[in-house]
Amino acid sequence: MPQQVIPSGAKPKLAVYKFSSCDGCQLSLLNLEDQLLDLVGAVEVAYFLEARKRELPPPYDIALVEGSISTPEEAERIHKVRHDSKFLVAIGACATSGGIQALRNWADVAEYNRLVYASPQYIRTLDTATPVASHVFVDFELRGCPVNAMQLLELLSAVLVGRKPNIPTHSVCIECKRQGLPCVLVSEGKPCLGPITQAGCGALCPACARPCYGCFGPMEQPNIDSLGARFSEWRYSPREMKRMLRLFNGYLEPFKQASDHYERLEQKQ
Amino acid sequence: MSDSNKNSERTIRVGALARVEGEGALHLSMRNGRVEQVRLEIYEPPRFYEAFLRGRDFREVPDITARICGICPVAYQMGSCHALEKAMGVFDQIDPPIRTLRNLLYCGEWIESHILHMFMLHLPDFLGYESVITMAADHGPVVKTALKLKKLGNEILAAVAGRAVHPVGVCVGGFYKAMEPARAQALLPEVRSALDEMCNLTLFLAEKIEYPDFERSYEFVALCPENEYPMNLGRIRSNRGLNVDQEEFGQAIEERHVPHSTALHSIIKGRGAYMVGPLARLNLNHEKLHPRAAELLPKVCAAVKRDLPWRNNFLSLPARALETVHALAPAADILERYQPPPRPFVPITPRAGSGGHGTEAPRGICWHHYRTNADGTIASAGIIPPTSQNQMTIEEDLWQLAEQITDLADDQACQRCEHLIRNYDPCISCSVHFLKFSRSFDGEPAPAR
Repeated sequence: MPQQVIPSGAKPKLAVYKFSSCDGCQLSLLNLEDQLLDLVGAVEVAYFLEARKRELPPPYDIALVEGSISTPEEAERIHKVRHDSKFLVAIGACATSGGIQALRNWADVAEYNRLVYASPQYIRTLDTATPVASHVFVDFELRGCPVNAMQLLELLSAVLVGRKPNIPTHSVCIECKRQGLPCVLVSEGKPCLGPITQAGCGALCPACARPCYGCFGPMEQPNIDSLGARFSEWRYSPREMKRMLRLFNGYLEPFKQASDHYERLEQKQ
Repeated sequence: MSDSNKNSERTIRVGALARVEGEGALHLSMRNGRVEQVRLEIYEPPRFYEAFLRGRDFREVPDITARICGICPVAYQMGSCHALEKAMGVFDQIDPPIRTLRNLLYCGEWIESHILHMFMLHLPDFLGYESVITMAADHGPVVKTALKLKKLGNEILAAVAGRAVHPVGVCVGGFYKAMEPARAQALLPEVRSALDEMCNLTLFLAEKIEYPDFERSYEFVALCPENEYPMNLGRIRSNRGLNVDQEEFGQAIEERHVPHSTALHSIIKGRGAYMVGPLARLNLNHEKLHPRAAELLPKVCAAVKRDLPWRNNFLSLPARALETVHALAPAADILERYQPPPRPFVPITPRAGSGGHGTEAPRGICWHHYRTNADGTIASAGIIPPTSQNQMTIEEDLWQLAEQITDLADDQACQRCEHLIRNYDPCISCSVHFLKFSRSFDGEPAPAR
């Protein structure tokens, strides 16, 4: 984490940007109710349209970018954001993987447009929804749909003091075991994506007695093939496997490659 | 979907998802001090939810539609669940304790979303601050109390369904797991004390703020259940005679795609624009408020010097405050009596079917319609969110306001317009500075976007 990001003496300037998204990750910042007033004391909120009208001119020391790039206008604007920002963090599944709207990347967007809009000629959109890192250099990526507010706070604190943020890249299983939750996969035979999904949520789904659906995206080097073999023993079809992988992080490797593999198997059947 | 109604269903779909949040631009054309055109442009990137929902398993739908809006995910989950329970033929079998737990979940969302809008986004307009950040310097205790209440709303959501943004515990048929009684016991004292604090804040908002005179004749549309203030259930009615079953709502309205917006304008067929949201709910259902909110109502009316029905949407601020009291009070009642439901969800066998249902999102009716295939996959989906329904009313309001502000400088005029639009708590209010404001006088051409 580059120490030179924050100029000494001055309050670091924070900018928060939204692209194609639901606002949930920005909201996670506002959901730090106990720390919010301290946070706005520690940084200068220079650009954050969800929270304030006033804008300070760039450059910004830290930029949080929510959302994927899905329109021609956004594909231009993200370069301006990069230009204006010293340390750019992509926050959430849309910004780090393309998000749920990246399902269009496997579809005919013209057909989608005709189906959803009465006058498709009014709509300007790209054929793909892609992560920020497909367009500009990104200094850090924070996963999750939505991001975990405590991980966001950890990230901001780390950048402010110039250390590496402590964001684990191991699987949800580790979090789940630490909480002593019964394994929904082994003991109940539910199709849990926990073994291949990055930690960060706190194993919320197993705690709610349901299988993980992968909203933090793939862990480091997941063994998707092995999990898929187990699921197919339980008679989950390649089509169902594909569907499970193509959700909020479906366009992020290696979920993308694995879902394409199951699609080929589905088509052979 | 049959070919004969393909166009009308297609229209409904559009309204949905283009305006969930986003950027807008407003252009007013004036001639001789009179308004010739009001153009509220909304350009939210299309995300095509209704297109990619096709082929998904019905059990995935509440997880997916939650992602339409990070501020009111419960509204989208509840709309999906109720409509799909109709499609699967189990709507009438949902156990009452499951319905109660759903109401508690919705109370959490109303508290969190209403507090966010009232104190972080809307109140700075009334008190003359550019943001809550500068407002906090002069009104620290109010902001701190508001943050505490917002946190409590989020805690209710997390206790009932795992997390506040995009809850994971909700399923078609009920909940994956019922809330532990210990969580209810831990929340109860906090909710009780928050209720007292919210009563005080409501009186603060009613007494300390001068509400602009801005009356119009609106058609108010809201869910109207028989015996309770609306949230999840009820026929859809208006003050001008609309009275339809949930399933029929899609046929009662029509939406028009206009060239200056990715959004549609909703109207009631054969009539015109209408309003959904807290003012509509309060005007049509005030006699069903929880006693704690009902006892405040006369004091609030006296303080703002207006009796119900309120025809001034600047009063949506005290209406939201009363609704927050209303949400906290039944939340306390539910927590106090809480026993986990005997079964957390009703089992469902997939079938081909269809169902339509709307619930009261914090900002108004959010209506869903689905058709399912025999294997439980989605054949078609249509969603009408509240902001699309209010958009034509917002434009009509702006039309009237524009004539009152012809003498103001652009920045002040823009601020007045933004304030008016924020009365509707549109999802676009998430970006406080969303308006690119421009005016032209006496026939100058409007600037191209």
